[in-house]
Amino acid sequence: MQFWVIQTLNSLALGGLLFMLSSGFALIFGLMRIANLTHGSLFMIGAYIAASVLKGGYSLIVAALVAMALVGLIGAIIERFILRSLSGNSQGQVLATLGLSFIAADACLMIWGGDPIPINAPEMLRAPMQMFGFMFPTYRLVVLVISMISAVLLYLLMEKTRLGAMIRAGVDDMQMARAVGIPASQLFTIVFALGALLAGLGGTVGGPMLNAYPGLDADMLPLALIVVILGGVGSLIGTFVASFIIGFIYTFGIALVPDLAYVILFLPMVLVIAFRPSGLFGTIRA
Amino acid sequence: MTLDRRSFIQGSAAAGLGLAVPSLFAQNNEPVRVGLLTVKTGPLASGGIDMELGLKQWLAENGNMLAGRKVELTVADTGGVPANTKTKISELNERNKVHVIMGPLAAFEALAVDDYIRDNKIPTLSVAAAEDMTQRKANPWFVRATSTSSQSAHPMADYCANIKKYKRMVVVADDIAYGHEMCAGFQRVFEENGGKIVQRLFAPLTVPDYGSYLAQLKTNADAVFLGFAGSNGFRFIRQMNEYGLKGKIAIVGGMTALDEAVLKNMGDEALGIETACWYSAELNNPINNKFAPAFRKAQGYDPGFYAAATYTNAAVLDAALKSINGNASNKEGLMAALKKTNVPTARGPVTFDSYGNVVGDVYIRKVERKDGRLVNVVTKTYTNVSQFWKYDPKAFLANPVYSKDWPPARNLE
Repeated sequence: MQFWVIQTLNSLALGGLLFMLSSGFALIFGLMRIANLTHGSLFMIGAYIAASVLKGGYSLIVAALVAMALVGLIGAIIERFILRSLSGNSQGQVLATLGLSFIAADACLMIWGGDPIPINAPEMLRAPMQMFGFMFPTYRLVVLVISMISAVLLYLLMEKTRLGAMIRAGVDDMQMARAVGIPASQLFTIVFALGALLAGLGGTVGGPMLNAYPGLDADMLPLALIVVILGGVGSLIGTFVASFIIGFIYTFGIALVPDLAYVILFLPMVLVIAFRPSGLFGTIRA
Repeated sequence: MTLDRRSFIQGSAAAGLGLAVPSLFAQNNEPVRVGLLTVKTGPLASGGIDMELGLKQWLAENGNMLAGRKVELTVADTGGVPANTKTKISELNERNKVHVIMGPLAAFEALAVDDYIRDNKIPTLSVAAAEDMTQRKANPWFVRATSTSSQSAHPMADYCANIKKYKRMVVVADDIAYGHEMCAGFQRVFEENGGKIVQRLFAPLTVPDYGSYLAQLKTNADAVFLGFAGSNGFRFIRQMNEYGLKGKIAIVGGMTALDEAVLKNMGDEALGIETACWYSAELNNPINNKFAPAFRKAQGYDPGFYAAATYTNAAVLDAALKSINGNASNKEGLMAALKKTNVPTARGPVTFDSYGNVVGDVYIRKVERKDGRLVNVVTKTYTNVSQFWKYDPKAFLANPVYSKDWPPARNLE
């Protein structure tokens, strides 16, 4: 019984973290059709910045705000000065973002060194929580709560604001959106910065679970790809649902059939591509 | 002026000497070309950078000389990618014409260049632990002054069974050859000494989170053995605390789980954990008493596994070259000399078995706080540990190589 409850909570916490990682990727891909291969790097940079801010004696909330601001800015710069000139050239964009991810990895190694840097959860969240006779890390429940809050805020942004309406219009039909006067180029920069900012938030919030270390980018990027492909390109709800599906499959999969850990991670993606190429909630036809 | 016979002879003798001396001189002073295969980018970089620092410190302390000859060092960064390792080793061999290779860092890199080393007969002082390179498929051009994956795990298992009196243990490790080999060696000796391995968990090297593994951990066992490399052990121990497992189950570790490189970023959660390794920055011997403080002063942290590996390799190479009068071009002679080396180093005295692997001391170490930093205090020494532990080499090699399947885990619950 305890096994099932703890693994369920684990799945939910991992799912929440995956949503924070993937939602930004999904936004950028949905609107701009750019498979942003620097997304893992943005997540890692977020974690490193948070680690540095925490080292300066500030709280995790301050660290999250600084990381979101700086990573969002980096995202805006990448879009404005690199990807803009490659618009319409999807191969060029993939190669450019791939190259940037290598540069980012080496830059982080230069700045922060090769050793893992621990990111501490706030003191009051560090002790495990006692409930129904077993223990569970308090911080993981907080991760779940933060991911829920950011999901609700993103939903409101997309459904209730003018910016959200413009993004949705762009996802559905970019040419028509341009025709009715949506300023596509500004919209692209904003969305890219927003996606980056979400990655920065994910890096900060995930930091106490994962630490900041070289290679974190390469560990996280495939997870974002899996979630977005499973959920369906262009659908925020799809990303949300897929994050938790992967969280559950992954957590229970490696607990019940440990020898198939790698298979379990990629199997859902393969199945979905085989039977529903546009993903569970996909709005874009391939 | 006529040329008399005497001045003619004098003149030609001088000319002859003039021609002969520089070439003699040049031969004796041609530098020893050493190629270091290391990893300076990517996830394995921290160890690789320490390898370079350790080697450079030894050279600086010895006037940049090996066996009285100048050293020309070329450092190549493989990125920890086997394909790059292959490119870099051929560059070092063909372009830099190195006499000796030091490295590579990782087992899968060593396996990738195994054939190249054989075909080109390059004397190699490796850091990588890939067991079979000095066992069933011993490479004649390969010596290892560090250890195989299981060389420190065997004595750790003996320690757990006979001194700590643990009866039931769990092993957790990275799902790579290094993790399998280390845990298999541990399991064999532990179970032959009356213990039982009741659970084995192998997590992918890039697992995002250990929550799922921690929820399964059998806390009714006496202790858990960590076979992690790099930063994974560090994450695992932190998460054990988060899941409230602290104090419920004892932790012991393999040689890299609490390496000094990882320790410098850890906190109180590491205190009291015992690990087995062939080195500790706290070792008390004349060479290490010089090496470790100097390294700490220059770099701001203690040397660990990787810095000590190249520092030791340099001492071994120096001793071997001295015994063949510094003639680094004599490859066969150098290999024979390397295997005959018997020299004190920062890790203690080092000799080699006929397969080219080290026979040396292995230390049980306990994490304590000293001068405000965490250190691995040596609490017990197993002397002259061979890669075959106490087994007969022939009988040992008749078995399959250590893996997930051998020896089989018969006591899982």
